[in-house]
Amino acid sequence: MALVYAGVCSHAPGITGRADQADPDVRDGLYAAFHRMREDIEASGAEALIVVAAEHFANFFMDNMPSFAIGLADFYDGPIEDAQWLGIDKFCAPGNRDLSQRIIVEVMQTSDVAYAEEWKFDHGIAVPLHFLTPSFDMPIIPANINCQGPPLTPLHRSWAFGESLRRAADAVPEKIAIVGTGGISHWPATPDSGKINEAWDRDFLDRWCRNDRDALLAYDDLTVYADAGQGGFEIRTFICISAAAAGAPGTVHFCEPIPIFAVSCTIASYDL
Amino acid sequence: MSLYYVQKFLYQLNRDEALQEQYDADRRGVLTGYELTDEEVEALVAPDIGLLFHLGVNGQILMHFAALHQIEWTDYLQRMGDGIAKHGPVREGVYAMTGYEGVGEA
Ligand SMILES: [Fe+2]
Repeated sequence: MALVYAGVCSHAPGITGRADQADPDVRDGLYAAFHRMREDIEASGAEALIVVAAEHFANFFMDNMPSFAIGLADFYDGPIEDAQWLGIDKFCAPGNRDLSQRIIVEVMQTSDVAYAEEWKFDHGIAVPLHFLTPSFDMPIIPANINCQGPPLTPLHRSWAFGESLRRAADAVPEKIAIVGTGGISHWPATPDSGKINEAWDRDFLDRWCRNDRDALLAYDDLTVYADAGQGGFEIRTFICISAAAAGAPGTVHFCEPIPIFAVSCTIASYDL
Repeated sequence: MSLYYVQKFLYQLNRDEALQEQYDADRRGVLTGYELTDEEVEALVAPDIGLLFHLGVNGQILMHFAALHQIEWTDYLQRMGDGIAKHGPVREGVYAMTGYEGVGEA
């Protein structure tokens, strides 16, 4: 079994870009949880990190939008955002083309995935990496689910993608960590930014921790949009990790609404 | 209405530093290859964040464009809200899908 870690975290650009505007105690609690997540990934012995992202039109656009994509490169540049705005300097993150190729070939057996030999990271990956591999010493394999440009990837296909990723991770000799990144309820980058449906978030995370497939796939986009905003579409990444964890129970390590970061900032993992 | 091309231009601008330099030098000139209405051209040249939001530009695209113009976060949110107040509900795109009217109860 080569999957050694599975978890999820938030990726809101405010986490790094507007750090000075948040309640310092809550913010520092979030940062501490991110640091523990980094320690857990390191302790797992992971040799590569698959990041399942919900990217925001950094690489994929409505001219040719893939439901799923996986990176196939030795290096990835980021962030595409103004460095000062995001609070993260320009970087070049290491990939592993050979490992990516083996993962992609295996995933393709059960999920139709696009591959990308070029991939620029936006905040959706850059913010997590800022905390999880701050010295860029672990190869990253970026993966993406279309959570932004409707028609969106169906939830049950996101689940199947997670199962495909699990099979692929288990098929390679390397130890693999997988992290899904996304918001839960939020209305990012709109005049409603800062609005958070905390009760909805808690209920979602309860389903996530029970790893209850039926409950996780019971959402529909119109209800999600009404209750959790267009940012809620990013639950696809969390659901993908649930499938990758293959029924394991989960634990929420941190979940607090931080309005200036526009989301219930969340760190959670599965006990594989 | 050519929301697709407005967003396509912004998508390319956001990720391409060379295009950013061209846009800097000649905002109107870089738009010639895109099928845009006069209203859309003016919104992109100004830039008019509120109008672009009203036209339906996805906030994830608009946010990066605002950052490119060094528009501070609360100012960015304010401009979008002002755009809705001035022009009315979002016309098209993901926010118009279910009748999003701009500002919900906080
Ligand atoms: Fe996001």
